[in-house]
Amino acid sequence: MLKVNERPYEFTPGLRLAELAQRLKPDADVFIVNGFPVPPATELQDHDHCWLIRRGEKTGMEEMERLLYARHTPGVQARIKDSRVGIMGLGGLGSVVAVALARIGVGGLLLADYDLVEPSNLNRQQFFVDQVGMKKTEALRQNLARINPYLRVETFDQELTEENIPLVFAGVKVLVECFDGPRMKALALRTALTRMPEAGYVGASGLAGYGENDLIRTRRLRPHVYIVGDGEAEARPGQGLMAPRVGIAAHHQANQVLRLLLGLD
Amino acid sequence: MEIIVNGENRQAPPGITVAAYVATLGFDPETVVVELDGQILGRLEYDERRLAEGAELELIRFVGGG
Repeated sequence: MLKVNERPYEFTPGLRLAELAQRLKPDADVFIVNGFPVPPATELQDHDHCWLIRRGEKTGMEEMERLLYARHTPGVQARIKDSRVGIMGLGGLGSVVAVALARIGVGGLLLADYDLVEPSNLNRQQFFVDQVGMKKTEALRQNLARINPYLRVETFDQELTEENIPLVFAGVKVLVECFDGPRMKALALRTALTRMPEAGYVGASGLAGYGENDLIRTRRLRPHVYIVGDGEAEARPGQGLMAPRVGIAAHHQANQVLRLLLGLD
Repeated sequence: MEIIVNGENRQAPPGITVAAYVATLGFDPETVVVELDGQILGRLEYDERRLAEGAELELIRFVGGG
């Protein structure tokens, strides 16, 4: 028995994908078998999972969700789908962390920033020219929905403080500190350590410029508390923030979030 | 007097406040998270708490950029 677009279909030896498409969906032009795109001449094996898709066609929610998740490592998906992660600051770190977590299917994201998208953000942040002037929370919500429409995205667009961080992010599994300013970075860690001892925490410090890649490290401060960066390279005139190195740090953060969600600490 | 800062022995003037000691290192105290003798200090405590002989300080300092 085959599965074709999630419906059972009788298997016959020697059956090729093109024939199957001819019978079931003659206008299909994308062919996926067991999660991988393949040419239409592919000969099918019993128990194959086949997808026949017409490019640009809006597939049903369930079908699309299965397709998106076809590349996810089995077992990982199930464990991160119901997790909720808070991201403080949606700049070069936060917007990149959010995109990475959305792509792998972290099911719940709480995005916090009070700023608007500015042209100078576009050298490293996951926004577009036509979003200049929008609230970052709204712009990122739009962008994440285009990547993965099955997320639960919440937003908070006011300033974060020592008082409101524990309230706004109550119940998140992991808190990701992606602020720009060093005072806010310190404030966030202090708040998490004293008032949110259960939450995982991944902060960042030292990622400006174009210094060596491998100086960016993920340091464990204590159980479930990590700081990413080289600890030194601060943003200042002559040492700007740029997509490559900020992106390295952001993806360190995203991978550490994933590890914490999977119980690896 | 001798204190321990991030695992290393250092000299500090007796009775100096946490905020003043952090400033001697050239850091803005607001950019540093301080653990004194195993306890994370609130921001208001930086100006109140004084270092005693043998005090153990862990300083986590942040630089800007994100």
